[in-house]
Amino acid sequence: MNSVLFYFFSVLAVASGVLMVTRRNIVHSAVFLITALLATAGIFLQLQAEFLFVVQIILYVGGIMVLFVFVIMLVNLDVSLHLMQFNRQKFVASILAFVLAAQVFVAFWLGRNSLSVQPARLMEPKNTEAVGQALFQRYMLPFEIASILLLVAMIGAVVMAKRRV
Amino acid sequence: MSDARAYGNSNVDTTVLGADEIILNMGPQHPSTHGVLRVKLKLDGERVVDSECIIGYLHRGVEKIAEHRSYQQFAPYVDRMDYVAAVSNGLGYCEAVEKLLGTEAPPRARVVRTILTELQRIASHLLWLGTHALDIGALTPVFYCFREREEILKIYEKYCGARLTTHAFRIGGLQYETYDGFEHDVKRFCEDFDKKIDEYETLLTENRIWVGRTKGIGILSAEDAIALGVTGPVLRASGMKWDIRKAMPYAAYDQYEFEIPTRPTGDTYDRYLVRMEEMRQSRRICLQAIENIPSGPIMARIGKVLKPPPGEVYHAIEAPKGELGYYVVSDGTTQPYRVRVRPPSFINLQAFDKMARGSLVADVVAIIGTIDIVLGEVDR
Amino acid sequence: MNHLIPPSIQPYVFSVLYGIVIVALLPLLAGYIVLVERKVMADMQARLGPMRVGPHGLLQPIADALKLLIKEDIVPEKADRFLFWWAPVLSVTMALLAYAAIPFGPVFQIADLNVGLLFILAISSMGIYGIVLGGWASNSHYSLLGALRSAAQLVSYETAAGLGLVSALMLAGSLSMKEIVQAQYDQGVWFAFVVPVGFFIYFVGSIAETNRAPFDLPEAESELVAGYMTEYSGFRWALYFLGEYANMVVVGSIATTLFLGGWLRPFARNHDLLWGTSIELLDIVPALLFLGVAAYSFWTARRQPVQIQKLVMVAVGALCVVLAAVMTAALFASPAVMQGIHGAFWFLAKVFGYIYVFLWVRFTFPRYRFDQLMRLGWHFLIPLALVNVIVVGVTIVLQQNWEWRHPMLAAVATTVIMLGVAAFLAQEEKQHQESMPAAER
Repeated sequence: MNSVLFYFFSVLAVASGVLMVTRRNIVHSAVFLITALLATAGIFLQLQAEFLFVVQIILYVGGIMVLFVFVIMLVNLDVSLHLMQFNRQKFVASILAFVLAAQVFVAFWLGRNSLSVQPARLMEPKNTEAVGQALFQRYMLPFEIASILLLVAMIGAVVMAKRRV
Repeated sequence: MSDARAYGNSNVDTTVLGADEIILNMGPQHPSTHGVLRVKLKLDGERVVDSECIIGYLHRGVEKIAEHRSYQQFAPYVDRMDYVAAVSNGLGYCEAVEKLLGTEAPPRARVVRTILTELQRIASHLLWLGTHALDIGALTPVFYCFREREEILKIYEKYCGARLTTHAFRIGGLQYETYDGFEHDVKRFCEDFDKKIDEYETLLTENRIWVGRTKGIGILSAEDAIALGVTGPVLRASGMKWDIRKAMPYAAYDQYEFEIPTRPTGDTYDRYLVRMEEMRQSRRICLQAIENIPSGPIMARIGKVLKPPPGEVYHAIEAPKGELGYYVVSDGTTQPYRVRVRPPSFINLQAFDKMARGSLVADVVAIIGTIDIVLGEVDR
Repeated sequence: MNHLIPPSIQPYVFSVLYGIVIVALLPLLAGYIVLVERKVMADMQARLGPMRVGPHGLLQPIADALKLLIKEDIVPEKADRFLFWWAPVLSVTMALLAYAAIPFGPVFQIADLNVGLLFILAISSMGIYGIVLGGWASNSHYSLLGALRSAAQLVSYETAAGLGLVSALMLAGSLSMKEIVQAQYDQGVWFAFVVPVGFFIYFVGSIAETNRAPFDLPEAESELVAGYMTEYSGFRWALYFLGEYANMVVVGSIATTLFLGGWLRPFARNHDLLWGTSIELLDIVPALLFLGVAAYSFWTARRQPVQIQKLVMVAVGALCVVLAAVMTAALFASPAVMQGIHGAFWFLAKVFGYIYVFLWVRFTFPRYRFDQLMRLGWHFLIPLALVNVIVVGVTIVLQQNWEWRHPMLAAVATTVIMLGVAAFLAQEEKQHQESMPAAER
């Protein structure tokens, strides 16, 4: 059952990703990006990480993508329909893709021993608390650094937008 | 960058992304253009860059019809111009022709005319208040307004049988004597009405959302108002104390005491306050008039066939929406040579672009409402 | 009964059963909320409302639904067909999906997730796509403007509403809907009384999230005709309506669970017994309420003008008597059954009370303008909510460390501080508006 769900969500995610890149209509692309994100959330759920599942939906699908769609709808769509969608560099692209795939494969292969899943930990009923404790106790410093970074980015964005008024 | 402001903090700079101005056709079928007005808006996001009123969807050629009817026959047609203030239209026309004939209606007729016209002003303002509030999103006042307007229409119905297009007056005076209990009905209405206005005001006047939606919206300065020929409550809200009832009294207005409300800034909120106060003043006039209706004939002796001497006359009255003028030219026959109407709605509508530019789509609705137009009168 | 069901599917049986009940009943419920709305509106506007279909218009929702089912389904020629078809379905699906985690009573819940509240928020935040995509797919300027407004409004008010919820969450210490209610029982107070400001923020935010007046800008009929729904007709249009009303029940349920004690009856820890029996005094209130309604129905039945109306009115009365009987019978049944039935009653009563306030607000206030709405959200509600979270957090810590136990004391303290902050923000806002030239506003 678990593996069926996993493959279902994986195929859904990959297929949506491909469709997202190939669609001409930018709104359709956005819709497929949303399904890809939802499929990823499904994988989280299948791994019993409810908190990540829910946060993925709230933040990415419910927040960020809404803003994406919002901006997309403001933009004139006719222009994008007539733009050339792909540049003709298939050869270079395929080499790069191959190199990337090899890199990922090597990384997995070398680290295959460290990737062992600890089922006991994942099955804990209250992994929401576990996430909270990990973030605010063990990884406090990285967490705070990340939040300060985001704050800086936000202030920067506001300042840049203000200047253009 | 005006977009980002319209959309709050989302910080979207549409000019960079290449968003165009869009053209939005409001109307001729739209819930809040008060009839078949079509407004072509050029929008940058939700902000109005340019606007154009396209009219004529209700053109019926009223002025041309006048040239093929006798003077009396044309009187019912004027009711169909500003159909929410039919009595005022009739008064203006009848007095214009009387002026052309060189007669005047008897005193009793003039007092009754005054009462009915002032009631009509209240009815017209009530309809304006209800629909204006509805445009801004307050769903309830419109029903309260209709409740009171119904009382006025009942008085008309009792008086002449019609409620909307009344044809209440005739050239030379009145067709009908007042019915038994007319004074009582009017008096009771006026006495109750004071509390009813307070009721509307509790819903709106100090409501934060209402104030936010109307204050500073659609500002029209006094100079602009005069340059555009705007009259009526719209002009008075810009600070000009101009009311034909005081400036060139007609009917029996010179006998009564009343104030002309004005406000300084000329925004939508001020126009609201002016009209609310006008309803109170109309009530005051009615109460004074009803106390003392002179007895006597109700019709001047003018004969059945009207043949005014050749000549021309312009007569204006203060209709609920502004200066309603009739320019009548006679060539000595039974039919007018030309009747030209100066409709307040049409001319006040010219101020729309001035008020709307730079505002948001939601304000456009408020501004159309605040000018108080009736398309029957704009298009004629 | 348990031995009849094979053990492998046993955990799913009741969930599926509840799911079917909810999906089957919800459209009907939504229809009747529309009727209630029209009746309440009529009452506030000095008129009668629907009176023709059934006595007092009781069959009006059914007639409306039938009419909408058989109406022509028009798709604009240049619309994006695929999205145009699926957007309303998405809207309604997401609204229904959220019911999976709502506890209508201690037993009547499809799934008690340990992230229940977040799940509901996540699902209902996806309902926005129904509106946004539908508005875009219609290929109409009015629809597009409605969709744009909806997207911006939802993103900003979700933040405020979410922060409002956080204050109650901190008090409960759990994300599971069931445990939140349990926490209110244990502490002996509804959280609305402990964090009134949080409740207020969530109330305003939830009106905006469900696109109800005075925040109904995405469908403002006097400006955008019908906003995102302008091009929709027939049953697709009805789906949007269903979604909107289902969402109202969802936000009502969230508010009830977090702030109004969920399925707990008022004074849930008062166990005074009815004299001479083992029945708690306050548990007979529901039955008495239903009997009252039944008596009123029988009394008005005589005055109905038509025979069929008399019959329907009597039927309504009889239904209320049956419900009263059920409520009474539950008192003598096992505690689980009794808790289930009475819990559902109190829960629904609170949800409908919440929705009634929605209606009341709608018929009283004019509509906000878009920039005013945004300013209210970002300049007033969100700062207030942030300060609220901090203040509530500090009081909780103080309570734990200093044994400052009485919850109401903390409630009074937080409320006083919050009112001060609100007054400060309002003052700022006023000065801000006055400093701006009129045309810029």
